[in-house]
Amino acid sequence: MGANGPSLPDRARNGRLAVYAIAAAIGLILAFAPFLFGDVRSQQVAARICVFIVLVASYDLLIGYTGIVSFAHTMFFGLGAYGAAIALKQWGPGWSAVLVGGGAGIVAAAALAALIGVLSLRVKAIFFAMVTLAAASVMLVLASQLSAITNGEDGLVYVAPKLLTPATILFTGADGKAAKWFGVRMDGKIAAYYFVFLTCLVLFAALYRIIRSPLGAVLEAVRENEIRAEAIGYRVVAYRTAVFVIAAVIAACAGVVWAVWLRYTGPETTLSFAIMIDILLMVVIGGMGTMTGAVIGVTVMSLAQFYLKDLMGAAAEATAAIPVLPQLLNPDRWLFWLGILFILLVYFFPAGVAGTLMKKGTH
Amino acid sequence: MNAAGALFSRFGIAFLPAIMVVAALPLIGSFSSWATLSIAGLAMGMMIFMMASGLSLIFGLMDVLNFGHSAFVTFGAFIAASTLAALGGWVGAPSLTLNLMALGAAIGAAALFGLAAGYLFERVIVRPVYRDHLRQILITMGALIVAEQIVLAIWGGSPVAVPRPALLTGSIILGDVAIEIYRLFAFGLGLAAYVALHLMLNRTRIGLLIRAGVENREMVEALGYRVDRLFIAVFMAGSALAAVGGAMWAGYQGLISATLGGEMLVLVFIVVIIGGLGSIQGSLVGALMVGLLGNYVAFLFPKLSLASNMLLMLAILMWRPNGLLPAVKR
Amino acid sequence: MSDFILRLDDVHTDIAQYRILHGVSLDVPRGGVHVLLGRNGAGKTTTLRTIMGLWRARSGAVVLGHRDISAMHTSEIARLGVAYVPENMGIFGGLTVEENLRLAAGPAGFDPGRLKRIFTLFPAMEKFRDKSAWALSGGQKQMLAISRAIIEPRQLILIDEPTKGLAPAIIRAMIDAFRDIARETTILLVEQNFLFASSLGETVAVIDDGRIVHRGVMAELAADRDLQTRLLGLSLDAHH
Repeated sequence: MGANGPSLPDRARNGRLAVYAIAAAIGLILAFAPFLFGDVRSQQVAARICVFIVLVASYDLLIGYTGIVSFAHTMFFGLGAYGAAIALKQWGPGWSAVLVGGGAGIVAAAALAALIGVLSLRVKAIFFAMVTLAAASVMLVLASQLSAITNGEDGLVYVAPKLLTPATILFTGADGKAAKWFGVRMDGKIAAYYFVFLTCLVLFAALYRIIRSPLGAVLEAVRENEIRAEAIGYRVVAYRTAVFVIAAVIAACAGVVWAVWLRYTGPETTLSFAIMIDILLMVVIGGMGTMTGAVIGVTVMSLAQFYLKDLMGAAAEATAAIPVLPQLLNPDRWLFWLGILFILLVYFFPAGVAGTLMKKGTH
Repeated sequence: MNAAGALFSRFGIAFLPAIMVVAALPLIGSFSSWATLSIAGLAMGMMIFMMASGLSLIFGLMDVLNFGHSAFVTFGAFIAASTLAALGGWVGAPSLTLNLMALGAAIGAAALFGLAAGYLFERVIVRPVYRDHLRQILITMGALIVAEQIVLAIWGGSPVAVPRPALLTGSIILGDVAIEIYRLFAFGLGLAAYVALHLMLNRTRIGLLIRAGVENREMVEALGYRVDRLFIAVFMAGSALAAVGGAMWAGYQGLISATLGGEMLVLVFIVVIIGGLGSIQGSLVGALMVGLLGNYVAFLFPKLSLASNMLLMLAILMWRPNGLLPAVKR
Repeated sequence: MSDFILRLDDVHTDIAQYRILHGVSLDVPRGGVHVLLGRNGAGKTTTLRTIMGLWRARSGAVVLGHRDISAMHTSEIARLGVAYVPENMGIFGGLTVEENLRLAAGPAGFDPGRLKRIFTLFPAMEKFRDKSAWALSGGQKQMLAISRAIIEPRQLILIDEPTKGLAPAIIRAMIDAFRDIARETTILLVEQNFLFASSLGETVAVIDDGRIVHRGVMAELAADRDLQTRLLGLSLDAHH
């Protein structure tokens, strides 16, 4: 430690502050997204970020805070989404459809999580990873095969509750149409965005509350030393199952919100393995075991997904003369590069962006 | 007392696939359909066994679960397809020798790839994260993503047709039962792989070391052996088996795409979970059950095919949380 | 020629974030049975595992004969002629008794004389030669573990609490066997059972809280009740 420059604890604190500042900035941008970005695509990105922050943070509750590796998170996400979607499709638009259908999906997710947890959380982490992967793939197959209610691969298209449809006028302006505030029309579209933003904020706050509660402390004890925790008297399997159920319920809630926002639910948008990989990448990039890491990871990944492809297209053209390389630089191959980035991150920065910044200078 | 019961159930479990075959006959009704489905199920089971046994042994010996295992399956399938396509003249010729040479080349190329890639994979991907399950799962998963993308970059996104040697096309007719020759061949090759593995494990010194290492790796080292060198050999052999299984699967399916390995991974996991980690006999029993059940259910209740294997897994986990025949642990 | 087969010099060993050994120094003379005593959690097993290379010393030296083995791989240490009998005995239950012995015997196979001697010391080993090791009783498993250690000539045999959970009759048989074995090699025995230890040991070291607190001749400690109570506390009295 030099005489000049900040001392180690100071640097660690600065890193921590930087992480919170970044997360707060992302939160503010999301809060005012419709006013900051006028175009539809940006609003789509912002809503996706909101939903995925909840999804990834709930996954982090498993992998980061409890050390459980599950591949079934999209299954729970999908159960919530399909619950709401099927009800909206069958009964037509309305909040009761969202509540009853989504509620049924959430309950199903909780029950399934409890069953899987009780059956397989007793055994090794690796066993659990395999069981959840198998369960998730069966759910994916079921969703595409039970086409009578899920409409198979094509998925379900439906109408959102009336408040959230573009035709709704929240505040009438002088011209009789929806009023413009700061250049943004106060119609159902903005209501839909804030429905997503606020529900996600509540869900995220709930997760934050959980890790700051006594339960969070127990989870940490279990993660650090399972045998010790068992010796102290914590019933490890019971706690793990409880966390698995909580994470499943929150993922299902995120699924309901996602279904309402998209007005479409299909295997590709909820259950697919590609989304599970996205979640894994996001949680690792952001940093396992930090809720703020989820915010950063989701934002970085989402932006990369939208803009990396453009970049790669340009690079593929520039290297057209070289064999194989253009194929790897093809925008469709962006997962190749993310996969490599992912491996390198797990090797060298297992703590992710947030974890690395927070720990900076502590060793 | 308990030991006798354990012994009985170990032998009894070996008959579960046979019990399944017998029980299926009255449900299916028609003898010829039953025979065809049973043979298809056994052939499929043997191919899955080839893919699963390596994964199970690797896990048993080193506590390493390789999610990238299915990448070897995918590469094996595509390399075999490309080899057969390149040897189109031999494949199409009505000569038994040329047919066999083409087939041998395809399987050999897949196996060689498995050995070489297995070596690299163990050194680069797996070795740095021994004993860290979380990072192991994540890193091998990352490797699986990258491998799938490489397959897409080399062979493209559209399905690739696999030429089948003339000698393996067609069926043998026995009474009113038609038996596809390829299925017999797949079953035979899988059985040969099992017998070879069984003899290697039970009759050779390396096999003795592997069995001991699966039980208690530290003690094997304390007796003066380098388990890490043993492990790399097992990793290479397991990867080669997976690649050969993929090559066989390619010929079975006739049309393959880059998602093949990922789809098989689920079945392979179910087999390894059912069979018990680290056990070759367990993998065989599990693979045959999964193959048979898949075919029977596809015939009886077409929509439940994959879900049936999941239900089988849940039922077995409730009965025996560590699988049917787990390798003895301490 | 050194008089000592094994010397530990200021060995510190950590397990994860926990510091277990805080500078263990120990000399084991060549030949005979030597005992490391201490209560549960004192660091006895950690000391043996550090010698065997199963845990790495953070600092300090482990010297076998004249070679520093503290950075060597476990398998290399074993091939130098060090055998290890862990507390859980480390039997391969899925293997037969003979297969267990065959692994320990190395690639050249059995030396018929040594095999015969094992069967004389432990007749059960011959009787259950082709039986799976998991079917053996606890005492027989311990005999198999010790047989594995003496199937080859060894410089040093490390044995961790061999009497734990065994019946007194078996312990008496064990004492005879150890006396016989110690005529050709050196045994470093970790024990809590003072009666067993004192009937075998030539020298003794007492470990407490990761440090050696007493070194001396076993006969002296066995004769001095006060010293026993001071060093070993009530835990040993409670044992018998």
